[in-house]
This record gives sequence, C-alpha cells and structure tokens, in this order.
Amino acid sequence: MSGEFAIAAALILPLLIAAGIWLVGRIPDLREGVTLVGAGALFFVAITIALRVSAGEATELSLGEAVPGLEFAFRAEPLGALFAVVASGLWIVNSFYSIGYMRGNRERNQTRFYMCFAIALFGAMGVALSANLFTLFVFYEILTLSTYPLVAHKGDANAQRGARIYLMTLLGTSIGFLLVAVIWTGALAGSLDFVPGGLLQQAEGLTPVVASALLILFAFGVGKAALMPFHFWLPNAMVAPTPVSALLHAVAVVKAGVFTILKVAIYVFGEEILNATASREFILGVACFTIVVASLVAMTKDNLKARLAYSTVAQLAYVTCGAMLADPAGFMGGSLQIAAHAVGKITLFMCAGAIYVATGKQNISEMRGLGKRMPLIFIAFLIASLSIIGIPPLAGDWPKYELMQGAADAGLDYVPYILIISSLLNIAYLLPIPILALMPPPGSGEPAPYKRPGGAPMLTVAAPCFTALLCFIMFFTVGPISDFLEPATGERVPSAYMTTAGGQP
Amino acid sequence: MIELISSMVPDALAAHAPALLIAIPMLMAPIAAFMPSGRIAWILSILATGFSLVMAIVLVSQVQSIEGGAVISYAMGGWRPDAGIEFRIDALNSMILLLVSTIGFLAAIFSWPTVLAEIREAKTAMFYSAYLVCFTGLAGVASTGDAFNLFVFLEISSIATYVLVALGASRDRRALPAAGNYLLLGTIGASFFVVGVGFLYAATGTLNMAELAIRLEAVQDNKAVLAGYAFIVVGLGIKAAMFPLHQWLPNAYAYSPSFVTMFLAATATKVALYALVRFLFTVFGLEFAFEGSTLIWILMPMGIAAMIACSFQAVFQTDVRRTLAYSSVAQVGYMLLGISIGTAAGVSAGLFHLVNHALIKGALFMALAGVVLTYQGTSLQDMRGLGRSSPWTMTAFAIGAVSLIGVPLTAGFQSKYVLVTALFEHGWWWAVAVVMFSSLLAVVYMGRILEAVFFRAPTNPNKRHKEAPLLILIPLWILALANIWVGVQGGFVAGLADGAAASLFIGGAS
Repeated sequence: MSGEFAIAAALILPLLIAAGIWLVGRIPDLREGVTLVGAGALFFVAITIALRVSAGEATELSLGEAVPGLEFAFRAEPLGALFAVVASGLWIVNSFYSIGYMRGNRERNQTRFYMCFAIALFGAMGVALSANLFTLFVFYEILTLSTYPLVAHKGDANAQRGARIYLMTLLGTSIGFLLVAVIWTGALAGSLDFVPGGLLQQAEGLTPVVASALLILFAFGVGKAALMPFHFWLPNAMVAPTPVSALLHAVAVVKAGVFTILKVAIYVFGEEILNATASREFILGVACFTIVVASLVAMTKDNLKARLAYSTVAQLAYVTCGAMLADPAGFMGGSLQIAAHAVGKITLFMCAGAIYVATGKQNISEMRGLGKRMPLIFIAFLIASLSIIGIPPLAGDWPKYELMQGAADAGLDYVPYILIISSLLNIAYLLPIPILALMPPPGSGEPAPYKRPGGAPMLTVAAPCFTALLCFIMFFTVGPISDFLEPATGERVPSAYMTTAGGQP
Repeated sequence: MIELISSMVPDALAAHAPALLIAIPMLMAPIAAFMPSGRIAWILSILATGFSLVMAIVLVSQVQSIEGGAVISYAMGGWRPDAGIEFRIDALNSMILLLVSTIGFLAAIFSWPTVLAEIREAKTAMFYSAYLVCFTGLAGVASTGDAFNLFVFLEISSIATYVLVALGASRDRRALPAAGNYLLLGTIGASFFVVGVGFLYAATGTLNMAELAIRLEAVQDNKAVLAGYAFIVVGLGIKAAMFPLHQWLPNAYAYSPSFVTMFLAATATKVALYALVRFLFTVFGLEFAFEGSTLIWILMPMGIAAMIACSFQAVFQTDVRRTLAYSSVAQVGYMLLGISIGTAAGVSAGLFHLVNHALIKGALFMALAGVVLTYQGTSLQDMRGLGRSSPWTMTAFAIGAVSLIGVPLTAGFQSKYVLVTALFEHGWWWAVAVVMFSSLLAVVYMGRILEAVFFRAPTNPNKRHKEAPLLILIPLWILALANIWVGVQGGFVAGLADGAAASLFIGGAS
C-alpha cells in the first residue's frame, strides 16, 4: 500500500462507511455489518500507516490549497499514527458494544447514530494525520460538529441543553482562541506546517511575550483538552448514550484535544522555544490544578458517568502536563497516557453502560452488591480502575512513570507530588465502586433486580472484558510502543540511576 | 471556463462589452414594461442579465489577459475621455461586474415564483422593468470612469430600488414607510455625493476619475477639495450602510419583496462600497493628507462598531429577515475594517469578504424567499421544524449560515482568515479579538435559527413536506455550492480580490 493511498483510505473509509450505513439503514443487521467490516478495514489501514511510519517511509498526501498558504495536507508521524491506531482499534470494540447497548436499550434513530459515529471517526483520522495547523483545525471542527447530534441523541430538554453547552464551548473556544492562535502562528512563521523541532523556530521577531500569549491561546483554545476552566462541557456531554461517552469522550474527541496540545508543543513550539516561554509554567500550573481539583470534584459525584467524566478531565490534564514539561520524557509520558488512558477509561464507561442497560441504575450508591449479579463487569471495572490509578502490571503505570521522570529532568519538583496526590485521589474515588459491588459490607441488603430480563446483553459484557485485558497487554508491550514514539518525542536522557537499574522501558 | 465562454463571444461584441453590458438591460427595461404578461418580462430580464453576465465574463478574461491586469478604456459614443464619458474597466471593476451580473442573473431566474406570489399580477411586468433599471444602475456604477456619471447610475439604481421596496406593500404594509425612509436617506446620500463631486469639479475642472486623480495631487490642501472629500465619503457611506448611517437598511430588507431583499443584500451595498473604495484609493489616493486619518479614525472605528453593535442587535431580533439584515451591516463592518488597514493585503481581504458575503447573503435570503413562499412567515417561531419539512431548502440555508459564521471549508472562513492574517501583519492584534468576538456573536444568532430549524418540533402541525419550487432550489444550490467551492478551492475568487487590490495600489491613478 503506497503512502498516499493509505492516508486517502484512512480518510475516505469512514465516509464510505457513513454512506453505506445510510444506504442500508433499514436493515439493522446489514447496517451493523457495514460498521464492523468498515471499522476492521480502518484499523487495518491505521496499522499499515503505523508500520510505514516505524519503517521510516514517507507517508504523505496533499490535496491542494484552499487559498494560497492554506493547504490540505496530511503526513503520518509516530504520534498521529498512534492516535489513529488507538481510535480505530477501539472503534471496533466499541461498535460491538454499541450494538448490544443500543439494541438492549431500544434507542431510536440508530441509523443517524451510527452515521455520525463514522463521520466523527473521519474527523479523528483527519486530526491524527494532518500535516499542518489548518488541516488540523478543519478536522477538529468536523469532529465537533459531527458529535453534536450524538450528544443530543436522546432529544429531551436535558440532552439539548447538554449538547448546546457542548457545541458552544467547543466552537467558542476554537473560534475565539485556537483559530486566532493558528492565524497568528501563520503570520509569524509564514507557514502552518508541523516541523520537527518547532515551526516557530522560523518565526522572525518572536518575542517571549508573543510566544507566551500564543501558548495560552493554544492551550485554552483546544477546548477538547478540557483544561479548567473550559472543562464543563465534558460532564455536560454525559447526557449522550454511553457508547458515545465511551468512544468519543474517553477516546476520540478528548484525545484529539490533548493530541493537538502535544502536537503544538512538539511540532509548533518545539522543546527549545517551549522551555523559553514564560507561560509554559502557568499552563503547567493550570494542568496540575485541573488534575487535583477535578479529582476532588469527582469524589463528590454519585452519578457514575459524572464521576467518570471528572476523572477524565483530571486524566486529560496529565497529557497537557506532559506537554508542558517540555522534555522528551514528558512528551513520552503524555503520548503514552493517550493510549493507556484510552483503554482504561473506555472500559470504565462500557461497564457503566452495561450496568445501566441491565438494571437502569446510574448512581454509585445503588450499586452495592451488584457484583454478585454482574461479576465480570465489576472485575473489568476493577482492573481498569487499577490501571487508571497506575498500579503495575497495568498500562496506566507507564505514563505516570514517564511524567515523573520528565518532571525530574525538568527540575520541577512539585509535579511528582501532584501526580502522587492524584493517584491517591484516584484510589479514593474509583476503587470503592467495584469493591463495594463485589464485596458488600454485611447487612447491605440484596442488590436491585434486573430491569431488563436476562441482564446485560452479552456484547456489552464482552467488550469491556476485552479492553480490560488490553490494559494488561499494553503494560508488557510498552517497550515497542515507546520505541515507536521516540522519533517524535526525542531521545530521553538516560540518568545514572536508569543505566544501572535498567528500569527504563 | 472563463476562457471558454469568452472565446465563444464574437470579437465584434467583445470589443464593445463595457457598453453592451449596460445598454442591453437598459434597453430591455422599457420593453419589459410594455409586455402584456409578466412571464414574458421575466424571460426578457433573464435574457438581459444573462447577456450581461457573458459580457462581464468577457471583461474579466480581457483584464486578466495581461499579467498584473489590463485596463480597458472605452469611450462612450466615441467621444474622447476628457470630453465625453469614459468607461474604465480594471481588475476591480471587472470583479464587481462579475459579481453583480452573476447575482443578477441567478436572482432573475429564481424570482418568478416569489414575484407571482407577492406582487399583484398587473404589476409584474413593471416590476421586472424596475428590476432591470436597478440592475443597469448597479452595473453602471461598477463600470463608469466618470464621477458625475457614477452619480447618475447610482441614482438610477436607487430610484428603481425605492420602487421595488415599496412594491412589498402588497405583502406587508410596512414596506411603504420602509421605502419612504430609504428614499429619504438614500437621497441625502446621493445629494452629499453629488455636492462632493461638484466641489472636486470646481477645484480641478474635470469629472473623469483618472484625470481627477492626477489633478488632485496639485490641490491637495484646497479647502474645497477637503469639503468635497468629506461629502463623498459620507454620501457613499450612507449608500453602503456604513455604521451609524445604516438605519434605512433593516426595514428595507425586512419588508420588501423576498426577491428584492435577496438582490439588494447581495449587490446594492457592495456596489456602493466599491464606489467608496474607488474614491478612497484611486481618486484621492493614499497620499491625500486627509485619507490616512479617515481610514484610522472613521472607517476602522465605524467598522468595528458595526461588527459589535449590529451583531448584538442581530442576536435580539425575532424575525429572521431582520437578523440577517443587521448581520449584513455587521459584515459591512468586516469589509470596512479590511479596507481601513490601508495595505494591499487589507483591501484584498475586504474585497474578498465583499464577494463572499454576497454569496452568503444571496443564498440565505434565497432560502428565506422559499420559506416565505411556502409558509408565509419568517419569524423564529415559523422557522421551527422546517429542517424536516423542507430539507433541501434548509440544508442550503444551513450552508449559508455556517459560511456566515466562518466555519472552515466555507467561503466565510476563507475571507475571515485572510482578514485576520492581514490584521496580524499590520500589528492590529486587538482588532483580531474584535473579529473573533463578532464571529462568536454570529455563532449565537445563526445558531439560534439553525436550532429552531433542525432541532425544534414544528409549531404549525400543517408543515409537512413542502419544499421550495425547483426554480428557487436550483439557483439557491448554485450559491450554496459556490460557498463551499470558495471554501475548498478559493484560489479564483481570492485571485480576483488580490488582483483588484493590487490594481488600486500599483496602478494607482494611471
């Protein structure tokens, strides 16, 4: 498969899938078949792109200019390839889950639902593979607009309110800040291309003040990264059906946001300029603040999805934090967090959805003892929680490790403490859920009966179990993954301790 | 495609393109008035505007045939330019002519169903006659090289417009005061303009704009010239709906016949703005002492005030036509802001937005005309649930709306991008903040409409499938797709705007 063809396929496939879903929308089995086959093909294409990238083959595609200077161009690089693989791979799992969930819940407008999902993946692929800020911005907006109908899917007043907040926050920040930052960058550097080492190196007359302002515009302009105070759209978006929360608000949409931040940090600013930019520390502080405060807020939420949403806000800030550490280990930590948090959080959301389909329960306080009825779901939940907390041998361990390493390299002593506090808070708000469900304290009574006869559909149980398994697998495959990412993040400095103890992945 | 069409036109016609572009619709106007049925008048006006469109395409290709843009000078009636009237077509004129005739042609095609529904049958022939007169006037303004002749054409188009607006009275009686208001302010504007031209004539002894530019250099500090300058800027400012001289516009747009609204919104203010640019940059030129301060102290603050104030007003309207009318004033603000930068990049951005905004508002008002035709009302309530009952009309409306907001892949995004880049290059970063804030207001006021259209249940249960007729849908979709085309492949229009701006700066007066 040639490079151009692979990228074109990654972009066109989701659109073909959307068209196919629309065509056969009246026959549900065929429609779901189109989704699954298409998702499989897309995953294959993403893997192909990743293999080409790791082999060092150029994988580029240019579609010409919109106006002079604004080019639609795509280029695969390690970070984007990783994001593409994660998004498309989890889409397969999530599609199986969606089928169980949507049918089990007897949701309406399923054809529109699956179509929008495919278009959202189109947006995610475009974000992942974009070669310049303009292309990235275009697909970023496509992602926003295509997910709006998904958030508003239920159509009641509550869903409409949530969806409106979703749309207004994401569009508002992107037009108000991100677009300004993009155009400003273009005016300064004379180009919008992602350049290894930093596009802004080309900029003449880049003063620290301007660079600081730019970084702030980027950081808050990417509303999808959910940095406080622009995080509130995410909890509000939880009115969406759970498969949407699972894939889009744990993987595709929010990860597109933090991916953009990483991309800006690595390819627009570059390590050197970022280190010289004063507002970097400010954004880092905001990220740390977000980590702690979002975790604290999560503890107060009894609604399971709301708690997971705030947990996501906190975990996303890890990636921003990694980007702002501005050293190879920090970048690596942020990149690994994209993948590791994706598999962990999608598991948690899918479990929440399975519980909802089976029992209609959404509140944590009503889930005591439910583990007796749904042991597999809660075991998967437990594993994913442990991964999010960062306990080996689970995937979530590595990003935290790398972030601490990065903070130490950068000489920022307070960051590791923040990470440790965050882990403790994770324990406090995540672990009680599976533990109280699996081992209820004596005398807490019988769990609520199933609302749906037969409990959760088989697919909604199998999918989270599979992703929980992925948490294990990723722990052991982190070596190849970090080798794959290294060209993008830069070589990490091997410290004396590392070389003797040999602990680096 | 431009080359293809212009190569098919015989040389004998092509040589007289500037005159024929005006003459044919002008001659057709009285003929149309005496036609026994409105249908024949309609077909005549399609033919006349279509012919003008072909001539405009010929002119564009003639101008573009030379690197940097040719200047076509056409002496009316064979009189030498300094004695007679000169038509002078450069990159800027040809761009405006192409815009006016394209919109005029599409408007003529789409007009029939709405005119049939909104104008009394006995008056339809006269209506088309007035339309052709209006079209002639606008095209004349955009092609003449004579300052007084420009005034004549401006008045021709305006007087026809007053008639057209007043004809909306059969649908809504409020069209009469709106037309009266427009007549008053429009006449004041025109009088100011002609007084200004008179001052210039007194000081220089010529009315030819190219000649004026040369002679004005010598008499820059003459008080009469300064007074003339002020009169001209204010007069054209009224015609172009420059904030705060825009009071005539919202009512005129809201109550005139749907077809007239669409045509005016896409062309009339644009042509007046063209005349303003022509006087600011060609006749007076940047060296003119007063001009730098006009740009910075008048055009730029007024542009910004329009972008903010009128966007806010648009947010609080309940009638969609009024929302769009206020939005038009706000968008004129964008163009003024671009022009006020005073660099080639800035003027180019302003002109680019001028074209794009014509495409945007043309599409939006055409879609609204379809709504008026099938559902009568255009209040926010009436728009509810239309997305389900007339998906084709409303999808085109939505394309126009996102383009107005400036979503990527649409024309509106491109021109805002170019504008903001020009602002950054000039160091006006605070103006960027204003542009973005105004864009957010556009998100709010268009978002409200889109939400009502696509996500609300219809308030009137009778609204089943009732799509606008094909005669409306086809031109509507041509404009909607043009928005996307410019958004994805905007090189052609951006090139036109660049060339036009360059002709103002490099060619200058020559």
